[in-house]
Amino acid sequence: MKVYADNAATTKMSKTAIDAMLPYMENIFGNPSSLYSIGQAAAEAVYEAREKIANILGCATNEIYFTSGGSEADNQAIRSAAEIGAKRNKKHIISTTFEHHAVLHTLKKLEKEGFEVTLLDVHENGIITPEQVAEAIRPDTCLVTVMYANNEIGTIQPIAEIGAVCREKKVTFHTDAVQAAGHLPINVKEENIDMLSLSAHKFHGPKGVGALYVRKGVFLSNLIEGGAQERGKRGGTENVPGMMGAAAALEEAVSNLEETNARLLKLRDRLIEGLLEIPHSVLNGDREQRLPGNVNICFEGIEGESLLLLLDAKGISASSGSACTSGSLDPSHVLLAIGRPHEIAHGSLRLSLSDENTEEEIEYIISEVPKVVEYLRNMSPVWRDLQEGKKDYVIQ
Amino acid sequence: MLYSEIVMDHFTNPRNVGTIEDADGIGEVGNAKCGDIMRIYLKINNDIIEDVKFETFGCGSAIASSSMATEMIKGKPLSDALTLTNKAVAEALDGLPAHKLHCSVLAEEAIKDAIKNYYDKNGIEYDHEQFKQSDHDHDHDH
Repeated sequence: MKVYADNAATTKMSKTAIDAMLPYMENIFGNPSSLYSIGQAAAEAVYEAREKIANILGCATNEIYFTSGGSEADNQAIRSAAEIGAKRNKKHIISTTFEHHAVLHTLKKLEKEGFEVTLLDVHENGIITPEQVAEAIRPDTCLVTVMYANNEIGTIQPIAEIGAVCREKKVTFHTDAVQAAGHLPINVKEENIDMLSLSAHKFHGPKGVGALYVRKGVFLSNLIEGGAQERGKRGGTENVPGMMGAAAALEEAVSNLEETNARLLKLRDRLIEGLLEIPHSVLNGDREQRLPGNVNICFEGIEGESLLLLLDAKGISASSGSACTSGSLDPSHVLLAIGRPHEIAHGSLRLSLSDENTEEEIEYIISEVPKVVEYLRNMSPVWRDLQEGKKDYVIQ
Repeated sequence: MLYSEIVMDHFTNPRNVGTIEDADGIGEVGNAKCGDIMRIYLKINNDIIEDVKFETFGCGSAIASSSMATEMIKGKPLSDALTLTNKAVAEALDGLPAHKLHCSVLAEEAIKDAIKNYYDKNGIEYDHEQFKQSDHDHDHDH
């Protein structure tokens, strides 16, 4: 059986998204900046795609800027807030310890440029509180950036409440909603969000397309200089097919959101319940406040990369926060942020489901993972020491 | 593919997994914090490695390196085992990705550590220089 359970990494494109793109590759290939009819037809399509996304997020059409993806949107949002902050002598930024690297690495760079960054603790459940944000805001704070939902452990942050705190204190609020858009109901106005990043390939759209919502009146500067595209804020001929695919995919994703999520929740909870039957395993992140498709579990005594390779041999595609899968020597910063020790973080497994996963697939995963874990534990000196009482279990 | 066919073969069908109850030498290197630990058990008779087993906590290449290294020293004199290099282990595996080469280093060092343990237990004189290990904590820079 083949089971794709790494939808937080990327998703399979939906037929709807592909169909929405094809005409703009085959026939309506014009440059939206051109005056003749196939150019103008493309320009109209881009407008419609922008309008669709704006309607879904609850903002105005001209508040949506297309980008090459979530990382670019994050970079542009943070850089813009920093630029205007520096002009006003406000060089303090608040974020969390478990943001995506698109955010954390941008903040690291800003620190080198003289900014001060406060990273809020996300606690063992992987959730920050609005009170933490309120307490951290200073007169010189120019930006609060908190992810909507975490990409590894799926925990959902109290975004509307954080937005309210920021609005009250007049601090720009950005959220990296790459994992949330198309998966959770979002309304940027109701949730007091000033800037929001999203990425199409996380909700069955194409790769290489994202969007940044920027509330009217919030300063936005360019990462890419060039033509007048994206209201002059991002030069470069529009990725018209990509934008069409992104809009169509988002529209489809939110059209049955309640129904889809109810079904996903059932699958997710069955999977968590089934995998936690493995002794000395623990769920990472809050049990309730998490994305409907996210399961992330640590198994004591084993290492994640070998787990993934053996699961792949059984047809299961998943991911891990082990150091070996990242190419670095440290395990996932997210698992360390919620307090998992290094040796436990190395043994993590993330399974992220989509609407395409079936009950049979979930049962297959539940039947295969324990075998692989047991196999690896049987050759693990760490496990032997735990079993022989030479070391204490970290996970009971 | 990340790994060669030989690595995948030794990872999915590792040779010499397990322990030796009355081992003459046991070696262990790495630490769980860094995500890899290798433990080697040796049965030695007349300076010949009669049997060797390993246990490894680590990634695919760590398990494959342990398996290959134990195969390369099984039945060999200790003097041969002491000259086994990480490079030879990596080559026998048809190469390892650059960031995985330390797995083959661990295999070499685990074997040396087990031989040192055998020498120590039996009061056999040896050149300490021969058993110098790289500093893993330093390498891994926590």
